[in-house]
Amino acid sequence: MIKIIKHVIADILRNKIVIAYTIFLLAIGMSVFNLEDNTTKGLLSLLNIVLIVVPLVCIIFSTIYVYNSAEFVELLVSQPLQRKHIWLSLFSGIALALTLAFFIGIGIPVLLYSFTATGLILVGVGLLLTTIFVAIALLAAVHTRDKAKGIGIAVLLWLYFSLLFDGLILFILFQFSDYPLENLMLVLSALNPVDMGRILILLKMDVSALMGYTGAIFQNFFGTTTGIISTLLVMLLWIVLPMGFSLRKFKRKDL
Amino acid sequence: MIIATNVTKKFGRLTVLNNVSVNCNKGECIALIGPNGSGKTTLVKSILGMVVPDSGFITFNGLNILHNWEYRRHIGYMPQIGRYPENMTIGHAFAMMKDIRKAEHHGPLDEELLHSFGLPTIMEKRMRTLSGGTTQRVSAALAFLFNPDVLILDEPTAGLDPIASEILKEKIVKEKERGKLIIITSHILSELDDLVTQVIYMQDGNLLFHKSLQNLQKDTGEAKLSRAIAFIMKSK
Amino acid sequence: MKSFLLCIGFMCGVYCIPIHAAIVYVGKGHAYVSIQQAVTAAKNGDTVWVAPGIYKEKNIIIEKPLVLLGENYPVIDGEHTYQMISVRANEVTIKGFKLIHSGTSSLIDIAGIKVYDVKNINIENNVLEDTFFGIYLQGATNCIIKNNRLTAYAKTDQQSGNGIHCWKCDSLNIIGNMVTGHRDGIYFEFVTNSLIWKNRSIKNSRYGLHFMFSHNDAYIANIFQNNSAGVSVMFTHGVKMFNNVFEDNWGDGCYGIFLKEITDSHISGNTFLRNTTAIFFEGATRVLVEKNTFIKNGWAVKIQANSIQNTITHNNFLANSFDIATNGSLVENTFNKNYWDKYEGYDLNKDGVGDVPYHPVSMFSMIVAENPTAMILFRSFMATLFDKTEKILPSLTPENLVDKFPYMKPLRL
Repeated sequence: MIKIIKHVIADILRNKIVIAYTIFLLAIGMSVFNLEDNTTKGLLSLLNIVLIVVPLVCIIFSTIYVYNSAEFVELLVSQPLQRKHIWLSLFSGIALALTLAFFIGIGIPVLLYSFTATGLILVGVGLLLTTIFVAIALLAAVHTRDKAKGIGIAVLLWLYFSLLFDGLILFILFQFSDYPLENLMLVLSALNPVDMGRILILLKMDVSALMGYTGAIFQNFFGTTTGIISTLLVMLLWIVLPMGFSLRKFKRKDL
Repeated sequence: MIIATNVTKKFGRLTVLNNVSVNCNKGECIALIGPNGSGKTTLVKSILGMVVPDSGFITFNGLNILHNWEYRRHIGYMPQIGRYPENMTIGHAFAMMKDIRKAEHHGPLDEELLHSFGLPTIMEKRMRTLSGGTTQRVSAALAFLFNPDVLILDEPTAGLDPIASEILKEKIVKEKERGKLIIITSHILSELDDLVTQVIYMQDGNLLFHKSLQNLQKDTGEAKLSRAIAFIMKSK
Repeated sequence: MKSFLLCIGFMCGVYCIPIHAAIVYVGKGHAYVSIQQAVTAAKNGDTVWVAPGIYKEKNIIIEKPLVLLGENYPVIDGEHTYQMISVRANEVTIKGFKLIHSGTSSLIDIAGIKVYDVKNINIENNVLEDTFFGIYLQGATNCIIKNNRLTAYAKTDQQSGNGIHCWKCDSLNIIGNMVTGHRDGIYFEFVTNSLIWKNRSIKNSRYGLHFMFSHNDAYIANIFQNNSAGVSVMFTHGVKMFNNVFEDNWGDGCYGIFLKEITDSHISGNTFLRNTTAIFFEGATRVLVEKNTFIKNGWAVKIQANSIQNTITHNNFLANSFDIATNGSLVENTFNKNYWDKYEGYDLNKDGVGDVPYHPVSMFSMIVAENPTAMILFRSFMATLFDKTEKILPSLTPENLVDKFPYMKPLRL
């Protein structure tokens, strides 16, 4: 398996889009810290990159890459290889290459300029979201044969996770504002990895404000070790589950 | 060696393979022919495990290939359109294939095509820069590289220039004589004449006949394969 | 030279024992073994010198001018039952004692040291541990409470009293004390013309500082940290709060400063760090908030619409989750000439003042005010879009809550 991963990574790392993506992240990562005199504001700018740009680039790039690799995957399938290994290698290759790009682009500037708990969590969340959205992209790509349709689904999924889902939450909040919704929100947020990542970062970045309103719920859940571990576990599930479903589909797929 | 039994495959409503049974043996060179959309490629893909039949089964050396992957080490496959990761060099592609198959492959590598196609001089070229013909040469060289018992060639000469085409044909003949099973799908019937020993003719997912070349010539009274097929199509 | 002479005079006045006064010694091997006996025997103006040891005195009552000095912190133990020292005479000094284990009561306010309706009292360098109320002044005038350490360990509000509790007093100097674990660190009710300087009030179970009806007091260079409800000040005019630090006061209903019905006051040079809400205005009038620094607070300023004619100027707002929040569209306060790190305007004429006004109330802060649980969506893409749209087409946020002259760079304060 490692031998295929190695070659997929080698290919992606030479990919122009991935190189551009790395440079883009690095340029932003360095400039926010050099232009802003306070690093908290720099981290804030990076938060938007991590929550919006990273998922978008990851899901679209991975989807396109999988479609472009269709014939290559066919070739691999004709070789004495298990399909499971081929698919996992493709996933690991893309995920590793993109996490590397993220780590170079955002991770290094953060470690250099803002080596704080908030900074580390931001990088951690970025790495997790990268992997999650590669997994989601593979799931989207394995289900549709048509490339254009697949990319469309990928964009819609991104839109759903970064905007529509939150709109839905806001709608519920105002529609049922007479009911205590904190616990429900806790459960609902698990349905969106972007939200979970955002809340993890908020807990460090806006801890003072979070201590206010829904303080009890936030503090009692996300603030504890159990809360952080379960949040991380749920985010890992967001990698494992889409990957599991896409693997099941890929094993039976006609190429 | 390869036995397909009552293989049926549907894509949606379309039946691509309808109850196809076929038996391929060592030392045969089989031409798999038929009009576009007749199910040739699907049959080949079924043998390679890329397509999973809805019913029926395929055995390779007596073993059902369903959920099996190791049998493919005996197969060399040349796809109709070879596409490789675009930033990979030719050298890289060969290295990768050797990487993948070295665990199963112990004998010497067959680099004859590699050399006769002149690939060593362009090892550093990236896949995205290659012409269709060169990509086909790479695919062909890769298919023969591990000296497999079975060669499955999907439209092997499409896109190849006449010289390369001739080199490939010579190689096919040579391998046939060494007792290998070779399955070729092709539209260009004229160039199969000197190669094949058997003909499988498919239409609309049905296997119309599977005959040796001599029998076909005898039945139709035509010496040329193309004419023989034309005779059959007319007589329908 | 003049100040030097003054200084000498001051030292004589406070520290020198009057020449005609005697010293009465208490302790093992001395004339008295009980402090109360020595106090009763001493004459006006005498010094009672207490040797190290543990004294279980059941409430020492001082009814004449005296200096009570402890050598190396003799321990006065209230045995969880008694008040330790009651001062009922003018001109009393108490220095260098360790007072532990006072009684607790829900009916009377038992304290470590309680001062009743007298003046010129000096309480310095004492350590109070596990007391119900710590130092309790009622009706006292012109007193100095200096460099005492007060620590309580009560678990609930009911079981704990205030650290330094002052009721109906005037001209107090509360300096350099450290109060922790009490209900309110420093409590003032009807206390006027007093100075509270360089105290530290940390981890008290209610307010770090709590005062009502206490006019014309000054609070300078104190630190209020980690108190469960922050600082609460009410129904007072003429308050001056300079150079204090309000830090880590976290929780719902917890404020760096809660200003209720405060008028004509001046809040300057303070630092507000990591409070859920740094300053909360409710019915405050003519309060000047200037030259303060607000860092990493949840809300730097929450201002209720019933607050009028307040001025917020020359402050630095840095890395707060929200800068300003309000509950209505009517705004009669001014917010000009501050530095806001969220300001994204430009300065073409390079005068250091941004050319477009800054609206410090964000759309999302209005949403959160309406529906607190919406905080879970803070900093989401949607929330960002809301804020950007609101900037272009203001609809929900109060239009006249605006800084017309926002600074481009943080102010040096």
